[in-house]
Amino acid sequence: MVYPKRTTPPKVNDTNAMPPVQAIIAKELRSYFVSPIVYVVGSVFLLTFGFLAYLYIVFTGAQAIQLMQMQGGTAQINLNDLVFRNLFASMRFVLLLILPILTMRLLAEERKLRTFEFLMTAPVRVSEIIVGKFISVYLVFIGMLLLTTLVPLTLALFSDFDWYPVLTGYLGMTLLGGFFLAVGLFASSITENQIVAAFTSFGLLLMCWLLAGLGSLLGDTPAGHVVSYLSFMEHFDHLVRGLVDTKDLVYYVSGTVLMLFLAHRVVDSSRWK
Amino acid sequence: MIEVRNITKRYGHLTAIDRVTFRVEKGEVLAFLGPNGAGKTTTMRILTSFIPATEGTAQVAGFDCADQPDEVKKRIGYLPETPPVYQELTVFEYLAFVGKLRGLSGADLTAGMNRVMERLSLGSVRQRLIANLSRGYRQRVGLAQALIHDPPVLILDEPTVGLDPKQIIEIRELIKSLAGSHSVILSTHILPEATAVCQRVVIINGGRIVAEDTPDQLSARLRRSEKISVTLKAPPANVLERFRTVAGVEHVMTTPDPRTILIECALGRDIREEVARFAVGQDWGLLEMKPVAMTLEDVFLKLTQREDGLSKADDATESERH
Ligand SMILES: Nc1ncnc2c1ncn2[C@@H]1O[C@H](COP(=O)(O)OP(=O)(O)OP(=O)(O)O)[C@@H](O)[C@H]1O
Ligand SMILES: [Mg+2]
Repeated sequence: MVYPKRTTPPKVNDTNAMPPVQAIIAKELRSYFVSPIVYVVGSVFLLTFGFLAYLYIVFTGAQAIQLMQMQGGTAQINLNDLVFRNLFASMRFVLLLILPILTMRLLAEERKLRTFEFLMTAPVRVSEIIVGKFISVYLVFIGMLLLTTLVPLTLALFSDFDWYPVLTGYLGMTLLGGFFLAVGLFASSITENQIVAAFTSFGLLLMCWLLAGLGSLLGDTPAGHVVSYLSFMEHFDHLVRGLVDTKDLVYYVSGTVLMLFLAHRVVDSSRWK
Repeated sequence: MIEVRNITKRYGHLTAIDRVTFRVEKGEVLAFLGPNGAGKTTTMRILTSFIPATEGTAQVAGFDCADQPDEVKKRIGYLPETPPVYQELTVFEYLAFVGKLRGLSGADLTAGMNRVMERLSLGSVRQRLIANLSRGYRQRVGLAQALIHDPPVLILDEPTVGLDPKQIIEIRELIKSLAGSHSVILSTHILPEATAVCQRVVIINGGRIVAEDTPDQLSARLRRSEKISVTLKAPPANVLERFRTVAGVEHVMTTPDPRTILIECALGRDIREEVARFAVGQDWGLLEMKPVAMTLEDVFLKLTQREDGLSKADDATESERH
């Protein structure tokens, strides 16, 4: 058995080279922080988070005063139930509105500015491009989330609450955000128009949200369970209440992977036209 | 190094290229010459594995462009029609990014970046954002991108578009210097460019190859006769008839300038001496005499316009032939 001789030895040695994924992440992060998008989206996110937290705290305070007047003496108020649960539940909607803005440029811009042809003719796999872009926007999002921890940290100075559901709430936001970003990346892969990409992800996420309504309409039937499972609402509620269930984690992770896979398919097939 | 056999590319009903066949040897520079919409970019996209051919096979360095894209991509440097630059990066950051995607790192990366920045005179703009660069500089950054990893095969789609004359000459020198060690295929619709830098020219029109040869051979092949132009100080009224009596002269034609006459003889004969002696003997005041070579431009126009039935290159001379 004779093996065919290699015609040319590979020109570059891949052993000590920086993997392309890392180069893509570094470049994408650079692009994000040069453009105003991250600053605008980040400010809106942080301001909304802070403002909602403030509203819920004031509301809770008013309730506490009422309670004290009615019962006399001291009343126990629960920050976990009255502030954090509401806050996280509202953030779901805020994330749905702002994360598509972060992801809309990821692939659409490459097509528009003709750098797509360069990426596709560079010795990089489509999966590396998708994963690199996803990780970069995920890092931006996680950075934003970390800044919001100032709110619970400040509250912890003045009051007492259970950290566990707060942490699982953050876990929920991280998973939910990852899923939203993956949907956004997919939407960005199908068009060269960033506005179209953003609205496509709004649309997909809203539909996913409405499944929850449909699920509760169908009630306690097998179909109802399936439909509710498909919506991201229910899973998030569990986590916010401090219930960490593998079923919910599997939901988010598989949803994210599915969306990345779809984006991969779209990019991979788009050049075969 | 590059071998293209019978490739056809259809976009729906439109046939962008039709059974194109050619090859580029190792170390050779080939020009792909054709008017707008001829199919140059389409052919290059197939060669870089960006799009597949509808029919036929294309190979780069022995690897099939459709079946082994990874191997092909490793071996090519590609400058697309639009320079693929990221506006928000500086020239330095951009080249570093490209180098890393190409698998360069450490000292190799630095060396590659320095080499292309020097060869394309990008040193002075290395810290500027690409968004703020002029078109010519962006084109140079695009070229630097294709050269950074010193690939054995270069595919350059209109490499000198948007450059100033000095830069055009420099880039042509650069491409010439690549010959021998690299296989280069470049597309252009500028004829002098093809003659200046390439050993071989493929002329493509309407998706089909209409001619393929060295620049000299191409013009020789289409030339059916030698022509000389003669300018006289005082030509008599019957100058055409008088010249016809000179041995070897086949046709004599007027030109828009009444003092200049075009004399044609059989291919391969040189009758300049006879014509000169005759003109001087007649005391017509011979001011200038020079051979008229058919330029590649004439060839190009002839080949690409023949199908439409209007051959402008011929109009000027041949209508006055008899
Ligand atoms: N994606 C596409 N979809 C449909 N038609 C296309 C596509 N790309 C190219 N064409 C058509 O294929 C033909 C060849 O185009 P191509 O871009 O290869 O020409 P070209 O020789 O590069 O021209 P130019 O000198 O203007 O760059 C044109 O008629 C063009 O309209
Ligand atoms: Mg073109």
